[in-house]
Amino acid sequence: MHRSLGERLWSFSIWAVVAFFVLNLLAMIGSVVVDSFGTHWFNTWLPAGFTPQWYVMAWDEFQLPDILIVTAEVVGTVVLVSGLIGVPTAYAMARRNFPGKQVVMLIFLLPLLVPPITYGIPMATVLYQAHLAGTIWGVILANLVPTVPFVILIMIPFVEQIDPRVEAAARVFGARMGRLFVQILVPLLLPGILAALLLVLVRTIAMFELTFLTSGPTSQTLVVALYYAVFAAGVRSQQSIDAMAVVYMITTLIWLLIALQFVNPTQIVTRAKR
Amino acid sequence: MPIASRDFRELRLEDVSRDFGQHRALRDVNLTVKRGEFVALLGPSGCGKSTTLNCIAGLLQLTGGSIWLDSQRLDEVGPEDRGFGMVFQNYALFPHLTVRRNVAFGLVTQRRPKAEIERRVDEALALVRLNGQDEKLPGQLSGGQQQRVAIARAIVVGPPLVLMDEPLSNLDAKLRLEMRAEIRRIHTMLGCSTIYVTHDQEEALSLADRIMVMIDGQPRQIGTPEDLYARPASADVAEFMGYRNLLTSPAQMTVDGAAVTVSGARVLGTAMGTVGARATVAIRPDDLQPTADGPIAATVEIAEYHGRDFYAVARGTGGEDLYFRSDRRVAAGEVVHLAASPARVLVYPA
Amino acid sequence: MSATNLSLRRRLREHGLDGVTLLVIPGVLFVLALFIYPFIYGLILSFQPKQGGWLANYAKFFTDPYLYDTIWLTLQIAVPATLLNTILSVPVALRVRLMRRQKLLTTILVIPITLGTVMVADGLLTYLGPRGWLNRTLLEFGLISDPVRLIHNYWGVMLSLVISGFPFTFLLTLSYVTGIDPALEQAGAMLGARSRQRFFRILLPLLAPGLAITLALAFVQAFTVFPSAILLGAPAGPTRVISIVAYQAAFEQFDYPLASAIAMLMAAIQLVIIAGLLGARMLVFRGPVSTGKG
Repeated sequence: MHRSLGERLWSFSIWAVVAFFVLNLLAMIGSVVVDSFGTHWFNTWLPAGFTPQWYVMAWDEFQLPDILIVTAEVVGTVVLVSGLIGVPTAYAMARRNFPGKQVVMLIFLLPLLVPPITYGIPMATVLYQAHLAGTIWGVILANLVPTVPFVILIMIPFVEQIDPRVEAAARVFGARMGRLFVQILVPLLLPGILAALLLVLVRTIAMFELTFLTSGPTSQTLVVALYYAVFAAGVRSQQSIDAMAVVYMITTLIWLLIALQFVNPTQIVTRAKR
Repeated sequence: MPIASRDFRELRLEDVSRDFGQHRALRDVNLTVKRGEFVALLGPSGCGKSTTLNCIAGLLQLTGGSIWLDSQRLDEVGPEDRGFGMVFQNYALFPHLTVRRNVAFGLVTQRRPKAEIERRVDEALALVRLNGQDEKLPGQLSGGQQQRVAIARAIVVGPPLVLMDEPLSNLDAKLRLEMRAEIRRIHTMLGCSTIYVTHDQEEALSLADRIMVMIDGQPRQIGTPEDLYARPASADVAEFMGYRNLLTSPAQMTVDGAAVTVSGARVLGTAMGTVGARATVAIRPDDLQPTADGPIAATVEIAEYHGRDFYAVARGTGGEDLYFRSDRRVAAGEVVHLAASPARVLVYPA
Repeated sequence: MSATNLSLRRRLREHGLDGVTLLVIPGVLFVLALFIYPFIYGLILSFQPKQGGWLANYAKFFTDPYLYDTIWLTLQIAVPATLLNTILSVPVALRVRLMRRQKLLTTILVIPITLGTVMVADGLLTYLGPRGWLNRTLLEFGLISDPVRLIHNYWGVMLSLVISGFPFTFLLTLSYVTGIDPALEQAGAMLGARSRQRFFRILLPLLAPGLAITLALAFVQAFTVFPSAILLGAPAGPTRVISIVAYQAAFEQFDYPLASAIAMLMAAIQLVIIAGLLGARMLVFRGPVSTGKG
């Protein structure tokens, strides 16, 4: 459509704002990366020299190997368990209309709407009383609270998309529930399951508050260890902290890129499909 | 102030073309629409008719050629300033506004006095016979009712030209016939020029003063409905206009007309252009009748009962399918002798 | 199988209750145990203070300026951030939906959300520091004479909320905007309405319900800001947000009843604002905005 001068100016200023935002974002990431490789960096645009020493230092100083293993354990278990609980639950929610279904739906919706800190503190209190807090299982349980409903809410539309007559056909040919699930439903749902689990993975790596409130010294994930490092920034050198931050960033972004092959960016953001 | 005034004499498209990247969606479109005329843009999907309409509306910019309203050049002007009315395929009614406010939208934009707006909205709603639904939201109306609101909204501003983009394609068959009559009635009453896009040749034939047939982004023929029905300009247009029998055949020009071969028989037809040694022969099923001694012998494959007559497909000696209509019953396996008058056998260059 | 057994199963199935329905039970139990129960437990606990009557925790909150100031301080950060992020998302989303290759832009914008608030905080500490690139650029162009103080104060936290909040509101708004039938704007243009009129009379009313939800979700995120307020802000003073004092009560003072009370207050404030936004949403047209009926 034809555009007046006013419209062109408006359009230009919008793009300028977006460009400014993106520029600052990339510069922010860039400065962390550059700092992590710099020897000394005080009053100049770039560090005096470049070295990988900080990564070596961070590796030992922050016990990165242990932390990475813990992170992998937590994230892996969370992904697995939320899939195992979430998918069958989503199937039941999609296929059955029972009294109280609205209430159950609300129960699943709440952990996604209420921010983690708000329910994290009462939840952590309960976990401490159960002597689960501070252990890796406490962290896993805490992280499962938002992810199980997340998988359920993402999978329900996928299940609804499957024509119920396909299931009826399988039943006519003799398949019982178990075989139906494994041989018909799961293969059809696979793209959705993959999408949902990848999203859970990405979100759990970055989930700070829940892990922070329930972890102990041996059960910290990478993001929590990073927090503590930044928090105690006076004690450690900023560059080794930034090296750790870069390791965290690479871990997250790799999984983000993989996830983006299967989902679009909006789905990472919208927690509940309305 | 909208550019178009009621007194325009003609709308001219000159060599209009529109590209989308590498793809030439429209080319060589030349058309003149006189005031008061009802022109239909007819063609199969993807032929460019909607693109043409959007260019006339100003929703798409031209990549070549120009559009003129009398002596004023139109293609540089935005759609807001052209002052045309438009009825969209999916009606595009504002879902959050009542029927009344939908219809009043254009008048409110022009900042007309309130009394005038109310009066004109009432008139428009009466014209489309939709009184009493004023305060409803579009979501509460049926398809036909939404259609009427869309028409009312387009005409209430008194535009000199109304553009309609396949307005009836989303309606069921019965409603379509009803609304077709409505559109004709409104056009007759208001007398505004109309450009109407459709893929349905029956619609175009019944509504339009003139029809422009488009295929593959190019206009192929502009003419009255009679012209297009009886004398399509090319084999492509003939095919689109319902000449279901399209056969290739050797041809020979004689003093009586073009002589072609159909199912092994020598048949005379009318040459539509310079015909060489081979030709494409087009015959309407209605024009191919079984007679006692017709030259074209064929074996009936399928016969459909259509109430008034039978619609059948027969296989000729050369293996070609021949579609024809028959008043009396024909059965599968029967051998029929088909004939067509030379005026109704159109012979095109191959 | 006896006749009565059979009819019971059948009757249950009529109501949608059979073996499959039982599959919801693990999920429900899990959420009940680790979400609903702690909430109720916390609620009850908040009325059982270490000292004093059953309202003592809440009284303590509202009489101790260190504590009740946090509401104002948090709102002071959350409300402008939410408004800025949501309002800015509208014109940007309207422009971006016309773009042909949006995926690159949306991918870049999803990065800060994926990285999370801790990473963004660390990044801003480096980038916005007195010797960081931002200050350096401003000094270089002569726009300032001394480095601007953007970290360990209100502005650091605000900027971190913008960096992680704007992509969120943008992507949500974009999804709402692309759901609006483009023919509606075309119809508006044909009826004479220019961009500005089309925006206020067609687009905005149709976006309003989605914007209400975006505002609610963005507010909740901003209101519960936690690591940024500590790392990037001044947690002792101007950025002492409510989540900080809740955390301190639980894990530094080990006063779980007080911590629960503060958490309940957090939830209550969020609930009030969300209810207000969703209530306002009820007043506007909320129906389908895509293609009309056929």
